[in-house]
Amino acid sequence: MRLGEFVTAAVLAAFSMYLMWKSTELEIGYIRGEGPGGGAWPFWLSAIMLICTALIAFNAGRRTSPPSRSTEPVLDAEGRKMLVQVFGGIVVFVALVSVISMYGAMMVFLFYYLWFLGRHGFYLSLSISILTPVVFFFFFEALMRVTLPKGMRFTEPFFKMLNTIIY
Amino acid sequence: MEILGHLLDGLAQASQPINLLLIVVGVTLGLFIGMMPGLGSVNGVAILLPITFLVPPASAIIFLAAIYYGAMYGGAISSITLGIPGASTAVATTFDGRPLALKGRASLALVTAAIASFAGGTVSIVLFTMFAPPLASVALSFGPPEIFALMLLAFATFVGLGGDDIPKTVLSICLGLVLAAVGFDEISGEPRLVFFDISGFLHGINFLVLAIGIYGIGEMLWTIDTTRGKVTTTEAKMTIKGVLADTRECLTNGWKGMTIGSLLGFFVGILPAAGATPGSLMAYGVAKLTSRDPNSFGKGNVDGVSAPESANNSASTGSMLPMLTLGIPGSPTTAILLGGMVIWGLTPGPRLFGDEPEFVWGLIGSFYLSNFFALIINLSFIPLFIWMLRMPFAILAAMIFVLSIVGGYAATTDMHDVWLMLLFGLGGFFLRKFEYPVAPAVLAIVLGPIAEPTLRQSLLLSSGDLSIFVTRPIAGPITIIAIVLILLPLFKLIRSRYRG
Repeated sequence: MRLGEFVTAAVLAAFSMYLMWKSTELEIGYIRGEGPGGGAWPFWLSAIMLICTALIAFNAGRRTSPPSRSTEPVLDAEGRKMLVQVFGGIVVFVALVSVISMYGAMMVFLFYYLWFLGRHGFYLSLSISILTPVVFFFFFEALMRVTLPKGMRFTEPFFKMLNTIIY
Repeated sequence: MEILGHLLDGLAQASQPINLLLIVVGVTLGLFIGMMPGLGSVNGVAILLPITFLVPPASAIIFLAAIYYGAMYGGAISSITLGIPGASTAVATTFDGRPLALKGRASLALVTAAIASFAGGTVSIVLFTMFAPPLASVALSFGPPEIFALMLLAFATFVGLGGDDIPKTVLSICLGLVLAAVGFDEISGEPRLVFFDISGFLHGINFLVLAIGIYGIGEMLWTIDTTRGKVTTTEAKMTIKGVLADTRECLTNGWKGMTIGSLLGFFVGILPAAGATPGSLMAYGVAKLTSRDPNSFGKGNVDGVSAPESANNSASTGSMLPMLTLGIPGSPTTAILLGGMVIWGLTPGPRLFGDEPEFVWGLIGSFYLSNFFALIINLSFIPLFIWMLRMPFAILAAMIFVLSIVGGYAATTDMHDVWLMLLFGLGGFFLRKFEYPVAPAVLAIVLGPIAEPTLRQSLLLSSGDLSIFVTRPIAGPITIIAIVLILLPLFKLIRSRYRG
């Protein structure tokens, strides 16, 4: 954990410096008649962030923060497996939205999560995976008039059919 | 006596069968809209505005105000049961509501939210009825330095009383404020912090993208990692006896939060450009500031639920005040209501109370009834919300992930934000591992769009002189309290070294 604390502080320090550099694209000083420039606010906040990362690293060096005293790994083998399976599943869910629509991707993700990860029964997993997108569709599209992504063109006939129920 | 007469007339008008029906339907709709992450009262009011053209203006505004009320109650439900803020106004409720639910006290958190909302609503309606016109002019005396000082106070409470690592807390606040600055510089109109020239950053970073990323995805990943997926779902139970016990506990332990939230929420609500979200966050901060046990905040303190929940309801009524008396909306929802009033042929402003007494007092009467019905409807739906918590964990986790993705998309209807939300979720997971407090970042991204312009306008007024924040009669004391709070950890450190 201690090494992780240093790495996190270093990553945040690098991000703070990037933000400071990016802020200088706009004026960071005081412009007479206009007030502080557009870059001043993020620049000085990023500078404070940079100072904070130095203090965090200093505290980790002195082992005063709880994570820097911990001997546990940041992620053990099981933790890494969990992250790949769960977060990987979410990434695939979002990637599938532009292909098979939000509702289709939701169905695939729910089935993967409930049946494969959650070890629930096949029929229970399947029924929740089908019912949830249907409920979401009518709530968002019909009631709230919020359109969720419909994916590629091959999904059109299916959504046309559902839209005939709404309109 | 004249006010009482008007009020009775208003209550009689709001009690007409059509108006009562609209109140019940509006509150119930609002409750479910507010629960859904990504959708808030603003969506409900905007979507249902055209429907109101079918009824007289007085009934129309009653319906929309009922939706507004219901949504304020509903936002807390997903914050408590799922850990995802249903709306920005319920962000602060997540801080203590979710820990209470995880301890198996979801029923206490939900009952507290319902009762605190009712208390906040009631206090604010009474204040609204009694002091509407004079309070509107007090609110107008708050200029940019005073509003910035209030923002500074909100951040200072997290630094001074957070109980967390100070550099990590300050970093979290600054990160949230910088993320709020992404998009366009409001004053010069130039693009700012558009990372790697990705066009999705041009519209800025919606606070819900960060809040859902951290609390929805990051928090769930952390829970699954720490429990190895073997989470025993909270043993939340719902019995009449239990509700009565929770009510007693809520009134005993949460009265202070309710008092702070009701009064502060109303006052922040009437400030133009403030509204229910800053109101609830500030009430949470002040409740923590004045608590005898500030370290228990964030771990399931009842005041941590009652303060923001009473404040957001109180502020929602408060924000109607500048809308009706001055024609200045205090929140996005009241801006839409104002638009509706103009379409209905009404002119908001100081003369509205004199010209359209039937409309104004009918609306105020409907506030009382909406508040009462919202409490009843909310309490009667609590068993359903508790049932959600008793689902097997894999189903609950999958639903939270789905709601997070859909909510993240619905907030801005841009897939760029959904990817960004995943990034925040992963970042939030690792930051949580290293004990970085994430709540201050969420607070900062919400208050950032108010804090930056008010700071810049203040410095423009003073030609760059920072003393403007300490020399003005209202801003000065607030700024000094904020500075003392920021320096409090330093004083504590020096004192402990001296004693050591």
